[in-house]
Amino acid sequence: MKAVLAEERVKEAKEMRAVYCETLMELAQGNKNIVALDADLMNSMGMTKFGKAYPERTFNVGVQEANMIGVAAGLSATGKIPFAHSFGPFATRRCFDQLFLSCGYAKLNVRVVGSDPGVTAAYNGGTHMPFEDMGIVRNIPGITVLEPVDATMLNDLLKQTADLYGVFYIRLLRKNALKIYQDGSTFEIGKGITLKNGSDVTIIASGIMVDDALTAADELAKQGVSARVVNIFTWKPIDKELIIRCAQETGAIVTVENHSIINGLGSAVAEVVVDNKNVPMERVGVNDSFGEVGPQDYLKRRFGLTAENIVANVNKVLARKS
Amino acid sequence: MLSKEETKELKLFALNIRIETLKAMGNLGFGHIGGAMSIADTLAVLYGKAMKYDAKNPDWEERDWLVCSKGHAGPAIYSSLALKGFFPLERLLELNKPGTSFPSHCDRNLTTGIDMTTGSLGQGSSLAVGVALGHRLDGRDNYTYLILGDGEMQEGQVWEAVLLAAQKKVSRLITFVDYNKQQLDGYTKDINDMGDIKAKFDAFGWHAQEVDGSDVAAVAQAIEKAKQEQEKPSVIVLNTLKGKGCSFAENVLLNHHMTISAAQMEEALAVLNGEVERLVQS
Repeated sequence: MKAVLAEERVKEAKEMRAVYCETLMELAQGNKNIVALDADLMNSMGMTKFGKAYPERTFNVGVQEANMIGVAAGLSATGKIPFAHSFGPFATRRCFDQLFLSCGYAKLNVRVVGSDPGVTAAYNGGTHMPFEDMGIVRNIPGITVLEPVDATMLNDLLKQTADLYGVFYIRLLRKNALKIYQDGSTFEIGKGITLKNGSDVTIIASGIMVDDALTAADELAKQGVSARVVNIFTWKPIDKELIIRCAQETGAIVTVENHSIINGLGSAVAEVVVDNKNVPMERVGVNDSFGEVGPQDYLKRRFGLTAENIVANVNKVLARKS
Repeated sequence: MLSKEETKELKLFALNIRIETLKAMGNLGFGHIGGAMSIADTLAVLYGKAMKYDAKNPDWEERDWLVCSKGHAGPAIYSSLALKGFFPLERLLELNKPGTSFPSHCDRNLTTGIDMTTGSLGQGSSLAVGVALGHRLDGRDNYTYLILGDGEMQEGQVWEAVLLAAQKKVSRLITFVDYNKQQLDGYTKDINDMGDIKAKFDAFGWHAQEVDGSDVAAVAQAIEKAKQEQEKPSVIVLNTLKGKGCSFAENVLLNHHMTISAAQMEEALAVLNGEVERLVQS
């Protein structure tokens, strides 16, 4: 792994869905077993190019997510490497039993992509806003749960999963991400990345919240607080070693996620902390709420997904630490 | 058409599937006896005639696949596999023992010769469509067979898969519906009536037939006919009787899962063995 923080965290030129499509096309060219499935969201996901290039390896099943997951599992039993997409809530809530039994329990080889994580579902509103998708799939024994942060990471992780065996859930922002990592960075599934060193507290963040975590750390520095920032993009299996080290070295942890704090990243980190090195923790995320409709900026404020709230929670955890 | 000799052989095979399944469940004292007995004749046709497989090489790439979506009929498949040499018959008595390779419901990772894990009803339908599509992508001409329960057809996922199979013209998918008219809680007509199953498949664009599911010759002929179909997926609705051939289970309403006493097993085995004898001497 060689992951280096980008010099400037600017909006990327290419949408994440375009990176998804292009990477799958590149993979498909070199591997005849790569297949793509969708449930009537090919246009939303920007996968029509793939469908045109590889019509026989594209299965748009229509509006039937549960069937799509089963068909993907069946294809994988014959040696195919399926990537199946739907919006996050439909890819997880709606077909959990299919994911659990037809894929996980049967030990098949399926990549499920759930797009529009958390508040990024924005104008689709509460019905489409997954605050629980990662927590749902985290219950499946042996699954790998990933949240790629930017285009560089997405490209690298997709390529890696193509060569691995198992059930993967990939939580994917469809639109333009902020550039977090320099081009050419590489990533190791299961390993977190320390983006900024610090000694007073560790902020562990994922997805769109990595940017806010870095902003919060800068703000805290002005207040004389030395905050370490870690990006955990593999929610399962989680990087226990790194979390324990952060707990030991900084003595306090704040987790930050665009997801419910119930059974989310904060829960996964807390499980490691209580089992190993018990230090005070605070969790920034959605607090047992349903989503609602609105622009992403409004929704981030509405659910406390801001640098300001991270700073407030760091101060809270530091008070508990002393 | 089956010859007389072939028909006799398949009938014998079906009786032996029933006998071995009964022994395994009776040894345990309980089991999903009803749905195992109703599908025994079709399993005899599949493993005795229709399916391409190699018991010595269960993962042979060119084999036909069987997805038993009504996963609770697993023990009847284990009997078929043992009788065809996939593993020794004695192993059937390991049914549901701690750490077993022979669980109540089909598990592709535990039992030699089981192609797919099933047990949550409805899911096998999608899996079978995926398997059939995978074979077609690889240009293989092997068949995927799918067994559905009639109660199971109340699951919406079945109809999702049925719709897609027609859309994708998955002609090498041959589905059986074990239409025994009973489900766990009683008669399907009293719980959530399936109506005319064949007509429903017709309406979904499938090649549909309905036959007597206890007549091995009729089932074999229906499979031959299904194989002539080049465009559509095929369904064979099997008119069957839940608990068929098992003296204490046949014509019993709540026979989905039953306790089985030693005396019941003995009596039922005596009846089945008598039939074997009569058939051998005929």
